[in-house]
Amino acid sequence: MPTDRIDIRHVARLARLALTDDEIATFGPQLGSLMTHVDALAKLDTENVAATAQVVPSRNVQREDAIRPETILARDVVLQNAPQVQGPYFRVPRIIAEEG
Amino acid sequence: MDPLKDSARAIARDVNARTTSAAEVAEALIPHVERVDAQLGAYLELTPGLMRERARAVDARVAAGEQLPLAGVPVAIKDNMCLMGTRTTAGSKILETFVAPYTATAVQRLLDAGALPIGKTNLDEFAMGSSGENSALGLTRNPYDLDRVPGGSSAGSASAVGGFEATLSLGSDTGGSIREPAAFCNVVGFKPTYGRVSRYGLIAFASSLDQIGPFARSVEDAALVYDVIAGKDPLDATSVDREVEPAAGALREDLRGVRVGVVKEFGLGDLDAASRAVYEAAYADLVRLGAELVDVTLPTAEYGLATYYLIAPAECSSNLARFDGVRYGLRVDGADVGEMYERTRAAGFGPEVKRRILIGTYALSSGYYDAYYLKAQKARTRIAEDFARAFERCDVIVSPAASSPAFRFNAKSDPVTMYLMDYYTIPGSLAGLPSLSVPCGAALPEDGTRPMPMGLQMTTPLFTERALLGYAHAYERATMHAEKLTPIVILSPPPVIPSPTTVILSLSKDDQR
Amino acid sequence: MTAPYWEAVIGIECHVELKTVSKMFCGCPNEFGGEPNTKVCPVCLALPGALPVPNAMAIEYMLRAGLAFGATIPPHSKFDRKNYFYPDMPKNYQISQFDMPLTQGGVVRYWLEDGTRGECRLTRIHLEEDTGKSTHASADGRLAGATSSLIDFNRAGVPLMECVGEPDIRSADEAVAFLETLARTFRELGVSDVKMEEGSLRCDANVSIRKRGATELGTKAEIKNMNSFRSVRRAIASEIARQIEVVEGGGRVIQETRGWDEAAGVTHSQRSKEEAHDYRYFPDPDLVPIDVTADVVERVRATLTETPYERYARYVDTLGVDSKRATQLVDDAALAAWFDRAVAASDGKAQAVVAFVLGDLARLANESGTPLAAGKVTPEALAELVALTSSSAINSKAAKQIVETLWSEGGSAKAIVEREGLAQVSDRGAVEAIVDEVLAANPKVVADYKAGKTNVMGFLTGAVMKASRGKANPSLAQELLKEKLAAR
Ligand SMILES: [Zn+2]
Repeated sequence: MPTDRIDIRHVARLARLALTDDEIATFGPQLGSLMTHVDALAKLDTENVAATAQVVPSRNVQREDAIRPETILARDVVLQNAPQVQGPYFRVPRIIAEEG
Repeated sequence: MDPLKDSARAIARDVNARTTSAAEVAEALIPHVERVDAQLGAYLELTPGLMRERARAVDARVAAGEQLPLAGVPVAIKDNMCLMGTRTTAGSKILETFVAPYTATAVQRLLDAGALPIGKTNLDEFAMGSSGENSALGLTRNPYDLDRVPGGSSAGSASAVGGFEATLSLGSDTGGSIREPAAFCNVVGFKPTYGRVSRYGLIAFASSLDQIGPFARSVEDAALVYDVIAGKDPLDATSVDREVEPAAGALREDLRGVRVGVVKEFGLGDLDAASRAVYEAAYADLVRLGAELVDVTLPTAEYGLATYYLIAPAECSSNLARFDGVRYGLRVDGADVGEMYERTRAAGFGPEVKRRILIGTYALSSGYYDAYYLKAQKARTRIAEDFARAFERCDVIVSPAASSPAFRFNAKSDPVTMYLMDYYTIPGSLAGLPSLSVPCGAALPEDGTRPMPMGLQMTTPLFTERALLGYAHAYERATMHAEKLTPIVILSPPPVIPSPTTVILSLSKDDQR
Repeated sequence: MTAPYWEAVIGIECHVELKTVSKMFCGCPNEFGGEPNTKVCPVCLALPGALPVPNAMAIEYMLRAGLAFGATIPPHSKFDRKNYFYPDMPKNYQISQFDMPLTQGGVVRYWLEDGTRGECRLTRIHLEEDTGKSTHASADGRLAGATSSLIDFNRAGVPLMECVGEPDIRSADEAVAFLETLARTFRELGVSDVKMEEGSLRCDANVSIRKRGATELGTKAEIKNMNSFRSVRRAIASEIARQIEVVEGGGRVIQETRGWDEAAGVTHSQRSKEEAHDYRYFPDPDLVPIDVTADVVERVRATLTETPYERYARYVDTLGVDSKRATQLVDDAALAAWFDRAVAASDGKAQAVVAFVLGDLARLANESGTPLAAGKVTPEALAELVALTSSSAINSKAAKQIVETLWSEGGSAKAIVEREGLAQVSDRGAVEAIVDEVLAANPKVVADYKAGKTNVMGFLTGAVMKASRGKANPSLAQELLKEKLAAR
């Protein structure tokens, strides 16, 4: 397969990463070469093989429906790491409607 | 007593017996670490204030009659684990200013057991790397050759213990990030079964693979930490609700009757002659201790890297989406929120992190999911099945922990070449198995002047940590390889022991907050 | 509305917040409102390293909701991550369910005000988490024109079920009826408050039109931002009309998202997306799969009682209550339960019971502010009253008086009748005597009657009632009056 098969600009847009032209020039071949390595997987027979999402099989790990007051953060702590706040809120630049 | 060199077990014994105090241990460690770390760069941040505070608390508890398994033992914490009130950066510019408002479960268990936090250690950014060179915030050196890498991603945690800057440390292992740097730094590095140790508070790289584990200068000390941190945590749904058999103090001294599997696909043929000799000797030592070597095969092991480099980036691409400049960390402004995201993430993440985010996003994207991510998950099943079959014929599988000893800085500029460092560690990670690296000798690299330490990887079936630690302990006690090497930092002139007044004058900025 | 030639095809998707005590994946309170950013923890703020643990009650609520509509509960389910960036979504992925939802299928049976009924199949109901809330710093608080947005994460992580309906709905009225039935059912099940004004029910509609009788679907538009049942009705009706106009004008409907503008009463095209969404769903590796055993399904099923639709159908079909009154009863669960007890006690005289319950009793409840079920009237007392009325033991005037007395004092209707001497006189001889008296006392009126002025009958009946102090059986009095007058 060709090494430029990944549309890096499209993938970067999905990942919300601004890439410079230099980065695109470097990452393109690097990712292409990794994907070539990964292509070897196609040879592995996985017919009728179940997918492993979690290697240790546990089920139904749930919590009781109860409030845990000790985990709730004080508001100044909630906001302490915020790049920008306004009053009790986090502030962000304008949102261009594009939600799912 | 020498708190700089003593084992964790010895320090805890003395502090519990009140023949020394946690405060004394802290006062001995703080100036030593400040001096040594100027050379090693193992730490991103020292926490002497917190260390002293905890030391006082430990001494008070011991005085009140408590016996603590890690009383007064100095520990270093990989900086991808939250410790309330300290900066927790994951080695990334995007989190350079982030102060954790809560503490990771594993870290809390260490503190509750009497451990003293020395500081937060450097790592490859978001634990992505095999040399430590991917940290955006500092350079960590190998204590056995300052021109060489300490290994990664738990670079600082391995270097700190190897360089006697900490008695113990916590690392995290996703594809080898504890075992490989342990091998490079002449220490024991232990990754328990996936799910044994809570991941709550560990900044996620690949959630289905990440596992916290200890670095120590002996298997016994590693077992001591394991006993403290392992066990179900209600805050981590993937932590396993299964009894933990205490391992420390119950470790075997020989290998009689143990079937040791040597993996056909992990042959030593690709290693250089000096490295090969080290492992051949190690296998011979196992036999000398009573073990029987059996050939086993892991036919799918060759697919390990490909599988890993789909699953781990896919999970990371989603896990790292939260670093967006909204709630914490770096923000680079933009005209709208989308531009802010793109600029923030462009400026905040380093190249390796970006590569993995891109690969993972691609592997999950529409039209490719089945061919890549789903295929990799199925391959993962096959790899785990291969291990299960191999363990029908043996009790423990051995192999090199890394493809070579520690290499020089900037020696591996091509990402795929770097990824190959984890060839031996990745399959076990994919299968979730408990695995460790124990020092097994040293080899002089072709481009080196000093013999560099090497590690023997041992891997056992799920949840058999106690047996695994036992095999490693027997091997370690019989060979004592770690003690045959001395780190450069210890060879340098001994420090003038400062008077208490000097100690106070040397408080770091951190301590004055 | 739809021109005869066109048929609308509507599919509804709605999000309903579950009424758990705590959030979906953390121990923060699930409460509406409050000071911004005061109900958050490391998990729902998506701090580095924090991990989700699912709320068992939310899963139970899902099973209840699904089973109430006859859904299938698959034995295996899981959580997936839906990846997209939005500033009020802390992790920039939403924990949701992709290909293995907790419930599959099912049917929502609903009714319209006029009594027509319909049904809409459910595709699935799945469990996910809510986002925080953005406030837009523009003149009108809306997104357009805002220079920045402010975010409150109190709502982030509240459990949310998404109900996806099949495109079985054909009109705006049906869409509202469908939603009303969902809302009634969830309230009855105790799984949600379903308060649209608090955002605990939010819905989107996919609307397309086609020629009546066609089987292929037309191009659909997705309508968002409908904040009340009224706006759902108006928005869908307006969108259907718009699409017909477009097509009849020779145009073509394009697939897009349209926002409902309540003030203008029209839908507006929202900026079309630069590219199709690619949510990159994959199983959430922080969570383990969910298995639901048959035992669990049966345990939950056993807790289910009559659904609002079943109740409505029973009232109308079995008890003969008219649609409007049946709806009134169904909309008040406590009232319906009270009604059911009164019907049972009255041997099934539902028509008479409902007349009292939604008539005098409803008026009294309304005036006093005390719901009927919380008042002094017992269903048994009403049943007695109904029995007294239908056996003609009392007349309607007395019945009114008894209702008032029951409301203020409680007790038994019979006792009041006895105490107040309200029993109706239906004894022929006794009434005959009074009739004779009245006729004798009013010769002039009798003469008028004989002369053809039959409308004086009312006066004469009134006179008999008055003379009997209201207790004479009015129809018997009339009958006797007619007889006697004819005989003269
Ligand atoms: Zn929370």
